Formats: sequence, structure tokens, C-alpha cells
Amino acid sequence: MSAELFSVFYQFADVFAFLILSAAGLAIVFGMMGVINMAHGEFIMCGAYVTVGLVNLGVPLPIAQILAALTAGIIGMVVELLIVRRFYKRPLDSLLATWGLSLIVTQSMLLIVGSAVRGIGTPEGSFAIGGYTFSTYRLVLFGCAVAVLAGLYVIFMKMRFGVIARATMQNAAMAKALGARTGRIYSISFGIGTALAGLCGALYAPTMTLIPTMGATFVVESFVTVVIGGANVLLGTAPAAVFLAMIRMALNASYGQIIGQIGMLFAVILIIRVLPEGLSSVLVRRGR
Amino acid sequence: MNSGRIFGMALLGAVLVTATIGAARAADPPLKVGLLEDVSGDLAFMGMPKLHGSQLAVEEINKSGGILGRQIELIHLDPQGDNARYQEFGRRLLNRDKVDVLIGGITSASREALRPIVDRTSTPYFYTNQYEGGVCDASMVSMGAVPEQQFSTLIPWMVQKFGKKVYVIAADYNFGQISAEWNRKIMKDLGGEVVGEEFIPLGVSQFAQTIQNIQKAKPDWLLTINVGAAQDSFFEQAAAANLNLPMGSSIKVMLGFEHKRFKPPALNNMHATANWFEEIDTPEANDFKKRWHAKFPDELYINDMGYNAYNALYMYKALVEKAKSTKLEDMRKVIATGDACIDAPEGKVCIDPKSQHTSHRMRLISVGPKHEVTVEKDYGTIQPYWLGEIGCDLTKKNDKDQYTPSHLPSKS
Repeated sequence: MSAELFSVFYQFADVFAFLILSAAGLAIVFGMMGVINMAHGEFIMCGAYVTVGLVNLGVPLPIAQILAALTAGIIGMVVELLIVRRFYKRPLDSLLATWGLSLIVTQSMLLIVGSAVRGIGTPEGSFAIGGYTFSTYRLVLFGCAVAVLAGLYVIFMKMRFGVIARATMQNAAMAKALGARTGRIYSISFGIGTALAGLCGALYAPTMTLIPTMGATFVVESFVTVVIGGANVLLGTAPAAVFLAMIRMALNASYGQIIGQIGMLFAVILIIRVLPEGLSSVLVRRGR
Repeated sequence: MNSGRIFGMALLGAVLVTATIGAARAADPPLKVGLLEDVSGDLAFMGMPKLHGSQLAVEEINKSGGILGRQIELIHLDPQGDNARYQEFGRRLLNRDKVDVLIGGITSASREALRPIVDRTSTPYFYTNQYEGGVCDASMVSMGAVPEQQFSTLIPWMVQKFGKKVYVIAADYNFGQISAEWNRKIMKDLGGEVVGEEFIPLGVSQFAQTIQNIQKAKPDWLLTINVGAAQDSFFEQAAAANLNLPMGSSIKVMLGFEHKRFKPPALNNMHATANWFEEIDTPEANDFKKRWHAKFPDELYINDMGYNAYNALYMYKALVEKAKSTKLEDMRKVIATGDACIDAPEGKVCIDPKSQHTSHRMRLISVGPKHEVTVEKDYGTIQPYWLGEIGCDLTKKNDKDQYTPSHLPSKS
């Protein structure tokens, strides 16, 4: 019985981690900043490729993963400076620009790195409970997802930077008048967003096949989580991930992956219909 | 002054002569080969060797004088794994470029998208992948292996070696569904039991739940017919969770070269039946591999699709030269004689007149803990007999249909 219970928790943790890690970066870039970043998946891919490249050079995996997230963050800041900055007042054009970027990046990766890269293998370690065996690394992923949420909370709720950032997103002109360097705030926020996308790729790199279009696997789940989460990064994304993870896990377990995927997307349609502002609109109202 | 004019005249003459020679050559226009292979998108890693195999064959054939003295012009378009684009590009090659032959398609979905369009023309179409079998269509020649060559050999061997309970993980489209149907039929005949079947949407990359479902069902072995880079993540995740079950497949190793793409021992204990895998060690195969790697030094693995794509051009050459014509009906007369054969790197392969599928030398291969590939059993040449047995006979009637164990030709 305890094996069954643990397995339910493990499956929930697994889907939850996937949703949170793939959505966290987008929650900032899209949820907070309002940039429809179609190249989100490519930042994830960037994190994965940098990780694998560094590990092949002999860098230990955790350090490679951190460096990969930083790389994605720096590239994100450059992209913000060169492209995204010009589109803050034109969200639909930002969609087109980042989509173009995504196409250019996947195709360039295909031409430069090739169509497939050899994987690095998941770190050793599995444990058995009852008749089931589990991979330890999947629990590490869950831990990382929780840590990412905690980190976001501290940055955007407790730190001075976070307060100014939220003020800038709400009313850039007023924030500027009060002395906030809004240009830098935008740049750093976008960088944090893409660094988190890179971290997602870095963390999943050992468990997946690396191909230039691998980011696409994450994109649907990340957008769905952010959209039903709503504008508030913390009050939206986390409950959205919990909710979607429960639905998907339950349906996956009883009816298989197809129904799991259909059911999750169906729930998303329902929520957007009933709560167009996302889950956070309800939670924030209750909180007041 | 004068000498200058003479020089000029001579030059003009030389140019004219060259032009005439050029024109004489142009009178023999090249044969147009239309090729549709994905070299970008999710299946690019499989499609790239197919393009390379075709390019290598075209280069070799052109160097040795072409087909009936005509050079081959290869027109390759990249449908990027999109079935709608397969149809669009298929129409373009058939109707606008007026290709003499159409080759290609990776997934069975893309083939079935393409086939009705080909059927409206009189252009021959070569499908170069192993697949779930059953297409009875006079316009199509199939170069890859089919279930009676792959499953009827592999599944009994797996049952005998590992046990009667199998769990199936299959991609959720026609290839996965029909392959699973084949497995059910063969397992039933063997008195085995399918303890679980899971169909997975393309693009799904997370398998924790699947792994647990498998452990709950306690199978003796797994049939893995999952497709694409995302679904291949199953192997890494199953190894990390220490699932440790024997696996069998009709597409792993020789087609997706997972043993080269994943870190050992993720593919340990995988078994497959194949007409080609790069580890084949015969003089003909080694010679072929040497030529391939000389032209494409960065190739990670010469997969069976790429190999079949290479053979397709030689088979086309053999058919055209025997028929002395590029017309489909004349080529089919050659096929009807049962004498449409080529000496391929695997050995002699021939097209079966009834089904227009290819005979193959099949071997059962196993992957070890260090991802070394060993040949467990050599079945010799196996004919693609199933379609003929159930009543498909293209020499008499063009069904233009795809049959499965549950969809057989109606008795008339």
C-alpha cells in the first residue's frame, strides 16, 4: 500500500517538476513582461546543449548545468537588447520576431551541430519500494522545481530588485519617474527568464534525446501552465502546475498518455473559459 | 588587324563547336529523380542518412555512365516532417517538375499522405523504409523490410528466450497501431499474452508513469515501437529507473541508432531483426560502408533507411535497363517476371511480383551492456510473402489499399 502511495506522489512530483521547470522562465518573460516568447523552447535547447557540451569536456554535471543556465541568461539579455526591447509596446510583433528567431536558431543548430548529439546519461541511482523501482534523479528534478519557486519568491517578493521590477512591469513610466532604471530592469528580468529556461534544458538534458527541435517538447506545457496561471508569477504558476499535474497524473495512470494529454488540454480550455484571467485572478482576489 | 580577325573567327568557331557538343548531350535529357526526405524537423537525424544514401547512389551511377546512358538529376525537397508539405511537394515534383520516379517518405503517415497523389499519375514511387506492411498498390515499390520479415522472426525468438508475456509501447499513429496489431496476432498464434499496450502521442518525452505501468504489469519483455527523438527518451528514463527488461523492436538500433545516441547501458538487452545495420561484417557491406564514409565522414551511423534509399536507386536502374523504358507499366512487366533483382551490400534482393515488396536477408541482432551489437541468428533470405498469401496479386489487380491482419481483401 505504501508503495502505491509513494508511486502516486512520485508521479505527481514528476509531472509537477516538468511543468514548473518548463514554465518558470516563461512565467517571467510572458506572464510578467508580456513578451510572447516563441523562442522559449530554444533557450531550453540552449541549456541542454551547453550542458552536454561541457560534460563532454569533462566538467562535472551540476557545474555544467549552472553554467548552462548562466549562458542562456546572458544570451537572453543580448536578445533582449537587440530584438525584444523594440517590441514591448507591440506584443503581437514580438511573437513574430521571437518565432523567427526560433526558426533561425533551430535550423542553424541543425547545420552547425548536426541532427543528433550523443546523450550523457542520467546520473546513477535508483531505489526500490515494493515492486517498483524509481530513478533518484527524478526526485532531484522535483527538488529543483521547488527551489526555483522559492528562489522566484525571494527575488520578486523579498528583494528590492523584485519590487522595482514588479513596479516597472505595472507602470514603466511611473517607475522611471521615480528613478528606476527601467531599461536595465527589463534586461535583467528577461535574462532571469531565459536563464530559468536554460536551467530547465540543463536539468532535463541527461534524461532526453538531444535534437535541435527538442525545445518544442516543452513549449506547449509551459505556455499552458503560464496562461492558466495568469499574470501573477507566484500565485499563478505554482497552483496551475499543481492543478495540471494532478489531472495529468490521474489520467495518465488510469487511461494512458493519450487521454492524459487530451484531458490536460481540455482542463486548460475549461479554465480559460471560466477564468479568462487565469487562476491567479481568483487567488489574488481572495488574498485581498 | 587581319590576324586579329582570324583569331576572333577561330574563337567563335571553337565556341560554336563546344555549343554543338553541349547540344548533342542535351538531346539526352537527364532522368529526373524526385526525392522527399526530412532533413530538418524532429526526424532529421533519420532522414539525413536517407538523403546521403540517395546522393551516394546517384553519384556512383552517374560516374559509371548513368541509366541507359542518361545521367540522373536528383531533385530533393525537405518536407520537414509535415504531412501536408509531403503532399504539396509531392504534387510539385510529379506535376510541375515531371519527375521520372518519386522516392521517399519517412513515417507511414507521410507515405499514406503521398500515395493517393502518386496513384493519380503514372509515375513509379519507391518507399524505402521498413514499415508495418500491407500496402498493395501497383504504383509503389517497397524497398524495406515488412512484418513477416521482422516480427515473424523476432517475436517467436523473444517468446522462446524470455517468456510469453509482452508489454507494448507504441507510437500512436498508423505505424504503431498496425505493428501492435501484428504483435497481437503473432502472440496469439504462439499462445503468448499481451499484458499491456500503451500508445503514445508523438512528441511525448516523459515516461515515469509508463515505466511504472510496466512494472505493475510484470511482463517478461517489452516491444518498443516508439518513434522519434522525444519518445526515444523512454530508454534513458527506463534505464535510470532500473527497469531492466529485455526489449525487442522492428525499428530500434538499425534504424534509429539509439545505441549510438544514448550512453550505455540504456539500450542494453535490445533485440531487433534487420536486413541492414552498420555492424554487418561482410566484404560487400564493408566496401559499401567505406564508400559511404569517404563521401560523408561525419555520418554517425549508416541506418537501414539510408541503406534502402541507396538500394532503391540501383533497383530503379535495374528495372529501367531491363525494361529499356522509364514507364511504370514497362517496369512492372519486368517485376512480373520475378527477375527484378540487384546485388545489394546485404546480398541479392528481389522484388516479389505479387506485392512489389523486396526480399531480404534477415538477421537477429542484440545490443550488449557496452552497446556492442552481436548477430544472434541469421535467417537467410525471407520473401515478403504475406500479401501474396492473403490475395494481393498486383500482376492481376491493383487494389491501391493497405491490408492488416484485421483488414483483409474481400473475397470475390
